[in-house]
Amino acid sequence: MSEIPSELRYTKSHEWIRTMDDGYLEVGITQHAQEQLGDMVFVELPEVGSTLGGGEDCAVVESVKAASDVYAPVAGEIVEVNDLLRDAPETVNNDPYGDGWLFRMRPIDEGELDELLDAEGYTGVVAADS
Amino acid sequence: MLIFERSRTGCTNPSQAPDDDSDISGIPTSLLRAEPPIIPSVSELQTIRHYTSLSQKNFSIDTNFYPLGSCTMKYNPRACNKYAMLPGFLNRHPGSSDRTGQGFMACMYELQEILRDVTGMAAVSLSPLAGAQGEFTGVAMIRAYHDANGDDQRDQILVPDAAHGTNPATATMCGYQVREIPTRPDGDVDLDSLRQTVGPRTAGLMLTNPSTLGVFERQILEVAHIVHEAGGLLYYDGANLNAIMGKVKPGDMEFDVIHMNLHKTFSTPHGGGGPGAGPVGVNERLRPFLPIPYVIDDGGEYRWAVEEDCPLSIGRLSAFMGNAGVLLRAYVYARLLGREGMQRVAEHATLNANYMMRCLEDKGVEMAYPGRRATHEFIVTLKSLKDETGVSAMDVAKRLLDKGYHAPTVYFPLLVPECFLIEPTETESKEELEGFVEALVEILKEAKADPEMVKHAPYTTPVHRIDEVKAARELDVAWQIPEN
Amino acid sequence: MPFIPHTEEEIRQMLDAIRVSDIDELFSEIPGDLHSGKLTSVPSGISEMDVGRIMLARSRQDGHYINFIGGGVYEHHIPAAVWELTTRGEFYTAYTPYQAEASQGTLQLLYEYQTMMSSLMALDVSNASLYEGASALAEAVLAAARARKKLNKVVIPRTVNPRYRKVVESIVRNQRIELVEIPFSVTEGTIDIDVLRAFDKGSVAAVVVPQPNYFGLLEDVDTLTDAAHELDALVIGLVNPTAMALLRPPGRWGADGADIVVGEGQPLGIPLSSGGPYMGFMCCRNKYVRQIPGRIVGRTRDDKGNEGFTLTLQAREQHIRRSKATSNICTNQGLMVVAATIYMSLLGPEGLRRVAARCHHNTNILLAKLTAIDGVYRCFETPFFHESVVRLDQPVTDVLRAIEAQGINGGIDLSEDYPELGNALLTCATETRTVDEIENYATHLDRIMSRRSLDPPCAEKVAG
Repeated sequence: MSEIPSELRYTKSHEWIRTMDDGYLEVGITQHAQEQLGDMVFVELPEVGSTLGGGEDCAVVESVKAASDVYAPVAGEIVEVNDLLRDAPETVNNDPYGDGWLFRMRPIDEGELDELLDAEGYTGVVAADS
Repeated sequence: MLIFERSRTGCTNPSQAPDDDSDISGIPTSLLRAEPPIIPSVSELQTIRHYTSLSQKNFSIDTNFYPLGSCTMKYNPRACNKYAMLPGFLNRHPGSSDRTGQGFMACMYELQEILRDVTGMAAVSLSPLAGAQGEFTGVAMIRAYHDANGDDQRDQILVPDAAHGTNPATATMCGYQVREIPTRPDGDVDLDSLRQTVGPRTAGLMLTNPSTLGVFERQILEVAHIVHEAGGLLYYDGANLNAIMGKVKPGDMEFDVIHMNLHKTFSTPHGGGGPGAGPVGVNERLRPFLPIPYVIDDGGEYRWAVEEDCPLSIGRLSAFMGNAGVLLRAYVYARLLGREGMQRVAEHATLNANYMMRCLEDKGVEMAYPGRRATHEFIVTLKSLKDETGVSAMDVAKRLLDKGYHAPTVYFPLLVPECFLIEPTETESKEELEGFVEALVEILKEAKADPEMVKHAPYTTPVHRIDEVKAARELDVAWQIPEN
Repeated sequence: MPFIPHTEEEIRQMLDAIRVSDIDELFSEIPGDLHSGKLTSVPSGISEMDVGRIMLARSRQDGHYINFIGGGVYEHHIPAAVWELTTRGEFYTAYTPYQAEASQGTLQLLYEYQTMMSSLMALDVSNASLYEGASALAEAVLAAARARKKLNKVVIPRTVNPRYRKVVESIVRNQRIELVEIPFSVTEGTIDIDVLRAFDKGSVAAVVVPQPNYFGLLEDVDTLTDAAHELDALVIGLVNPTAMALLRPPGRWGADGADIVVGEGQPLGIPLSSGGPYMGFMCCRNKYVRQIPGRIVGRTRDDKGNEGFTLTLQAREQHIRRSKATSNICTNQGLMVVAATIYMSLLGPEGLRRVAARCHHNTNILLAKLTAIDGVYRCFETPFFHESVVRLDQPVTDVLRAIEAQGINGGIDLSEDYPELGNALLTCATETRTVDEIENYATHLDRIMSRRSLDPPCAEKVAG
């Protein structure tokens, strides 16, 4: 079973969400997701300043044999993207919960966060997946 | 070595180009090219040696058994090539009048009639340039049909989860949403799920039969009934038509529209990735929407149908009339086989597949759909090997290359883990089939004894295992003149 | 049994092994009421010798005409070595190079093709081909719209081949793209730049710029490219590859060059062949590489560090991305790319330039000879590449029919697609036409036209 940090929130589509000190949300893909996709070769990131609905596709992570959409976990505005990934997409493989984050967003309604999965809920999703 | 690395400035082939005495003063100098392109300057013999030696780095049907499931890699008769390349066909400009193309058009008209019979459809257009364009054509006609009936709330195309990737990609190109229909463990479509999914938004269902799982969809008439009842149309992906040619007609299975892959069923060459040809057949209700052009017999004289003949046509898909040379090859093949030969294609493709499947089963290889009859292809799953040894289907595929066999189709269909889709075709001998079975069984033994060895295969090909990750991360898609 | 190797005895052994009594039993899963019985209109099989007889008779029936038709595909000399090599079984009967280690020949050739083609166009990237020119233009329109996410308007001038415009319309119709045609100057035969400049900035996803245009004329590509970029639109170049050996390539148009370039690759060693197979080419700048469809080959290493080649960026394609792929294209025109690559290698940059120059030279002679005839006029004085338009004082269809009876294909009648040009004839002389053939065309045309003006057919007398 791959690592699922208990302090993060999750979606069924394998994004993780960290609430930062300034109230922004940091979003990436989970250890399990990066293992399934294999060696990352390209990451397409959303535009800073764009406003997204919850569940809207906004990024793509691409390996040699697969490409997967990444969805905005909640509605909000993109405030920053991880430019490091443009030249080093493998960071998503090497450090999915750290330097491999994809984007940061300002949520419109923080209440939506309560609808996300906790680590235990996501563990169930991964178990059903394999 | 790349051809560019053989290039020497000033080396020309004077017999291949006109003299350098043309007057180009009519072209403004501001529009002229300043720097020459990176095209090599090499002698004729150097060119021939270079590309001959490249050709020798390929597997091909002419050199190797190629059991690629769903791709139908069978012998490409040389007569088809020879007679498609006759000067009268080869040198004719497609903008010439129909009067000067009656011989060519007679072949095209007869090919349309042959395909009509094989598919059991009312009319055929030869114009789509490949299977995927045939699919596009078919779905575009479905859309045009609903639009013509004012039935424009239909915005979904249903596709089984086992389908070729071209099916959902095509539906998207035609502006449809895609909804997947699950497959039951025995390989047939899940009818309950289909019933729940169809409705007033269903434009149609795309289906391959025999399916991509190497089995015949036994409930096809129920499927047709469910889709038609909901007002949708039924699309036949003809990728596997070779398995039923002369036995069952898609028209009798109540399909409304079909595309065929002539580079599969009618044995035109794959050419390292094309050209193909993807004619479409339709029943009466879709006939008005056929793409142009197609050949009409106008009182003993052939002519291409134009817009005025079919005002509801979905239009043109290419500047001319389809991949003429490919169509001529298919025509020659059809004449050589004839009606009896076509039926035997299906029979012997099925015989070979079932024979191989039985030989492998007898040696303990696991089938994805045990208990089902193979059609012209079947699926092996190597999941237990992967779990046990870490050796994947891809590793086994690469190791097969060392034994002189092209790998079967790997990792398709997506719903069977660690799978091989194996299609031997009717043109392979019993000896060749047995040779492949032995090679595969031997590799499975190797995988257990020395998994690391298999994981690093191949060893005898012009290159070892290729680094695809590096290729994608450090994109190098064109050679540059070295700086020094 | 054609192409089936088994003996009766082997068939028996195989059936026994499967444990069925006959072949029909293998089809037992097909519901009984679906067994269709025999084919009815497929004729019985015949021998190779008999098929040969039929094909030879039909190809002779189609005859041999001295060709002055262009309009998108052109007669060129094809060195004998091109198809001798291309039809080698190892190219001809190979599959798409998905298994890289078993396909290094095809893959390296495609990489060499991409190098030649992207350099010929002066752009960064070339794909490994599309079906043909018109559908390639449709794919370029879709790629540009993807790159310009929220915009859906694409400008296509009327100087683009009318059939190409129809094909684009058929293919992009259901994807919410608005195609806007813009007119040309009837005196110059080229795009009216003021119409282009009148669009609102930021409202157009892309502008198609042909070079040469359908009339064979040279567009002011620098001004057009800059004007399109001024609107924040992408520039889709639509070019003839032979011409690019002589003319400034799209990557060097205007201040920043074209963004995507497509066209018909047939002139590069592919026979006219009654309509195909041909090949479409597509090149682009690096930043659009993930937007373009079709296969792309990359150079990489194997696990021993040797140079090798593989298909790359496959995650754009239908077999991985399915409903979100850049296109549904799967099979392309691989074998045609083999021919084109060998053709370019045999000619070299100098040979290719000479072919282009001779085409222009011959068309110049053709225009001079034709316009020396009473009742034949140059339609446009604009510089051309290897094709141009003349206006006749008689209906073109009738004249072409009479010329055809003399074994000559005189050109394309434009009067249906461009009624504003009157009795207009698009005509072309490539490097394969001799001065004698051109003079012969002119002599017959002169005779036919003067006879018809003295003694028009009865129908016209009544109508007149």
